[in-house]
Amino acid sequence: MEYILIIISAVLINNVVLAQFLGICPFLGVSNKVSTALGMAGAVVFVITLSTLVTYLIQIYVLDKLGIAFMQTITFILVIAALVQMVEIILKKISQPLYQALGIYLPLITTNCAVLGVAILVIKKNYNLLEAVVFGAATAVGFGLALIILAGIREQLELVEIPGGMKGVPLSLVIAGILALAFMGFAGIVK
Amino acid sequence: MNQLNNFTKGFIRENPILVLVLGTCPTLATTSSSLNGMGMGIATTFVLVGSNVVISLLSGVIPDKVRIPAFIVIIASFVTVVDLVMQAYVPELYEKLGIFIPLIVVNCIVLGRAEAYASKNSVLSSLIDGIGMGLGFTMALGILGAFREILGSGAIFGYKFIDGDGILIFILAPGAFIALGYLIALINRIKRT
Repeated sequence: MEYILIIISAVLINNVVLAQFLGICPFLGVSNKVSTALGMAGAVVFVITLSTLVTYLIQIYVLDKLGIAFMQTITFILVIAALVQMVEIILKKISQPLYQALGIYLPLITTNCAVLGVAILVIKKNYNLLEAVVFGAATAVGFGLALIILAGIREQLELVEIPGGMKGVPLSLVIAGILALAFMGFAGIVK
Repeated sequence: MNQLNNFTKGFIRENPILVLVLGTCPTLATTSSSLNGMGMGIATTFVLVGSNVVISLLSGVIPDKVRIPAFIVIIASFVTVVDLVMQAYVPELYEKLGIFIPLIVVNCIVLGRAEAYASKNSVLSSLIDGIGMGLGFTMALGILGAFREILGSGAIFGYKFIDGDGILIFILAPGAFIALGYLIALINRIKRT
């Protein structure tokens, strides 16, 4: 029950993009087409789940043990960057089709603030290991959901005549705002 | 003259948020009021100036192949400094900005300036570039924050001038997206004419 609550809360109520403003850059950048959005969403779910697990273990067994919690920011960002590189290399060796599907999105993920954000949030919320991983995966799914919905809407808007100044980023932002309004309705699910 | 130009480009022509659309996450998250936004802007400016100067000083030393990880470590060090200083001296603001202080590390503006400018230019130019870009960022955050604060709570810099509630949605998440969207649209419109 507890885990279901974490999942619903992370995916719908506190959606990482629409309510917490993490990972806006890729949200605006790769939402032109549903197919690219799907690829990015897959890569993000994979990386966030893995990085949450790794950074959580590092926080507990290295930073806290040695009393150097202030090194959190530096350590986490380096671990994430290294992890993304490693995932890329391993995927290339092991599974060519998966690499082709996710490969080009992986380098972009290092600068996705949702990855570092989730890693820090998990520590702040004092989750245990399983809760942390569930929260990480659910947050990433929430990111994917928002990304794919926005991509779907933007694809529909391709043929619509839009005032010059609103083209591109401004329109995406306004759509995201309306989406965020819709997602606020989920706040009533959990009391 | 050239340095003056270098300084002012961050304000309008190459404003990191309104024109380049970099660093949108902290922009949206911290501008529920003008003061919060500007606090975030100043924290980012400090990191930007510090990392720009150090990276430009070290540009001859850092091997080209590992420059990105090296830049990230330098930036993360400055972020840690800001994080600890703010925690000690402005705990209230620190509480409000929360997770977005450590997230300055992944703010594309900082790494973007390091890669595109500081690693190729002199220390003085990088310093001025950092200050200009940082203030441009702060200004944009302040404007967006003021916009949302006036519409959302009928106040400016915390002083209420309208009785009762404003349009609450502008303080909440959806308002952030919509306000920034229209602000960028306005800049686009001005630029075209």
